[in-house]
Amino acid sequence: MGKKLAVTGNQAVATAMKQINPDVCAAYPITPQTEIMQRFASFVSDGEVDTELITVESEHSAMSACIGAAAAGGRVMTATSSQGLALMWEMLYIASGMRLPIVMPVVNRALSAPINIHGDHSDSMGARDSGWIQLYSENAQEAYDNVIQAVRIGEHENVRLPVMVCMDGFIISHSIESMEFLPDEVVKEFVGEYKPLYSLLDVDNPVTYGPLVLPDYYMEFKRQQHEAMGNVKEVVLEVAKEFEKVSGRSYGLFEEYRLDDAEVIIVILNSAAGTAKDVVDQYRDKGVKVGLLKPRLFRPFPYKEVAEALSGAKVVAVLDRADSFGGFGPVYMEVASALTTNGARPLMLNRIYGLGGRDFMPEHAETVIEELKRVLDSGKIEKQKDYLGVRE
Amino acid sequence: MATPLRLKELSKKEELLTGGHRLCAGCGAPIIIRQVLMAAEVPVVAANATGCLEVSTTIYPYTAWRIPWIHTAFENAAATISGVESMYRALKKKGKIDRKIKFIAFGGDGGTYDIGFQSLSGAMERGHDIVYICYDNGAYMNTGIQRSSATPLGANTTTSPAGRVIPGKVQPRKNLTKIMAAHGIPYVAQSTPAHWRDLITKVRKALEVDGPAFINVLAHCNRGWRTSTNTTIQDTKLAVETCFWPLYEYENGKLRINYKPKEKKPVVEFLKTQGRFKHLFSPENEHLLKEIQEYVDREWEALLREEGMWREGSEEKE
Ligand SMILES: Cc1ncc(C[n+]2csc(CCOP(=O)(O)OP(=O)(O)O)c2C)c(N)n1
Ligand code: SF4
Ligand SMILES: [Mg+2]
Repeated sequence: MGKKLAVTGNQAVATAMKQINPDVCAAYPITPQTEIMQRFASFVSDGEVDTELITVESEHSAMSACIGAAAAGGRVMTATSSQGLALMWEMLYIASGMRLPIVMPVVNRALSAPINIHGDHSDSMGARDSGWIQLYSENAQEAYDNVIQAVRIGEHENVRLPVMVCMDGFIISHSIESMEFLPDEVVKEFVGEYKPLYSLLDVDNPVTYGPLVLPDYYMEFKRQQHEAMGNVKEVVLEVAKEFEKVSGRSYGLFEEYRLDDAEVIIVILNSAAGTAKDVVDQYRDKGVKVGLLKPRLFRPFPYKEVAEALSGAKVVAVLDRADSFGGFGPVYMEVASALTTNGARPLMLNRIYGLGGRDFMPEHAETVIEELKRVLDSGKIEKQKDYLGVRE
Repeated sequence: MATPLRLKELSKKEELLTGGHRLCAGCGAPIIIRQVLMAAEVPVVAANATGCLEVSTTIYPYTAWRIPWIHTAFENAAATISGVESMYRALKKKGKIDRKIKFIAFGGDGGTYDIGFQSLSGAMERGHDIVYICYDNGAYMNTGIQRSSATPLGANTTTSPAGRVIPGKVQPRKNLTKIMAAHGIPYVAQSTPAHWRDLITKVRKALEVDGPAFINVLAHCNRGWRTSTNTTIQDTKLAVETCFWPLYEYENGKLRINYKPKEKKPVVEFLKTQGRFKHLFSPENEHLLKEIQEYVDREWEALLREEGMWREGSEEKE
């Protein structure tokens, strides 16, 4: 099997990119992503990959160049964070609207102002409606595994959509964990050869990418994007099954942690889920029926499956590391939508935590579980949306 | 063998931008594009910035382009084509493609001088083997004639309207051709579609060099310039005869002026046929006409001096 090594999250992702060996990559620095493309630049300089690296002058141009390169019929990747993703915003919709399977690790970081370089999910959550598939990763291992699987998911003939693989800035990108790498040949074989569709370089069969589409046809284009998204869940599971065969690690649409008989449930994604799972264990030891659901595939959101997984819940707390000012957090909104079809609906809380990289500590998870217990007993919610670990 | 530069021969070539597009009658842009595509002797792939050319040639489900073509957004034709060209190099290196293909980006003045300036500069600095063609009609025409940094001094546009207090655009144009020359790229030129032999020759040179090239082409727009639809070529020629738009090129940094009018016409000859400058001819704006003439003279003389420097330099060596 693979090699076990202690690496940073960025190193894990850069290694996945090296093993994927994309045809073209674009690079632009931004903390905490910088290290990924920096490492990748060394792979290019040392001839460890065949990639053409475009060292663009902005993230807007990074995504523009990725779109041009992908339309020219090859495998394309880049990586970014925060302001970089925000600057790309215009181009994200164009990548997905053109159905180009670009893969982009997003090292989650807060958005300005005030400027802050640390991890929260405001960046990728702000891009959740851009037509990209989004996979979230708890740790370096998951980020590595997700990047490799993302290639197959995005390029699948029933999908052909770009994919973001998200992991927490600094908490994962810069801390060292032990994880397992697949051998180079295994990754190479797993991702396979890229199959170009409607390439701009097929000069004998010229195609027009990005025409003006007026009200008479525009909606059909958008409807097709929705349908492609509809095929994603199945492909994610199919790819996960194959990935398990080569790696021994299994993935689903989300992780169910001690959910079976759980009455109170925490929904939380990325690195803080790891901390919360430990606290769930402690409460389980005390006999509290608590469980945790950790979304992996956030776009498309698996509404039906999440609703089923939460069907036994009495109280659910959804923890968001991104805010919607004047609204609920993004994960909360999806979980609430999922549950509208359930007959007996649980009571729901939304707790915002960890903005700008503020630590999510075990006591925060304890606070939530204590509150879940109180709500379970009283049947009453005091504050539906609130903040964890913030000064009043 | 390149097609000889004779209209008879060139007219036998397949038109790569078909008729039936929805650009205005008399628009300068499609004349430029047809000449550019006529110049190419190998297959080309094009990227196009948002603007009149792009919207009017690709109204779905139709396309006027018989070459592979991509439009992504307004400010990034250079970045987009640099991605296409990089993929070409990647696939060529891997032996997945063996054809010779050339890459051209088209952008209007707004998409080139203003919002696309950064991505243009970046792509040129990176040294991609691409040709960027700006069709400069002197304003944001597609959104209804707003001023850009290419709009000439004094022009009446919808965001630099000639009013009671302010007489049109108060700043002179940005000299983008010179700025591109300052990038030190192998080929930079300025031309017009009224000088087809000049334009086609320049496009061929631009395509031939190994590395980035930039050509700034004056594009008449009857809507924005406020002229009738049948004066495109005439008005464009006046721009050159008055030295408002000189024809010149930089080959590996060396300047050559391609045409020097025997008798430089006064710039009013160019201005007076266009409605966008009409207000300049009322008595209170006379000083502006003078200012414009002085500006044109200054730029032209600077160009002559610069070329002279080159000549002196080479004479010394000989
Ligand atoms: C980011 C962005 N800002 C603004 C626009 C609106 N817009 C579309 S075309 C255009 C004008 C284009 O002007 P120019 O590049 O000079 O080309 P022309 O229409 O004159 O041929 C503008 C402002 C846009 N499409 N994208
Ligand atoms: S408005 Fe001007 S640039 Fe646009 S199509 Fe008409 S003539 Fe051409
Ligand atoms: Mg214009």
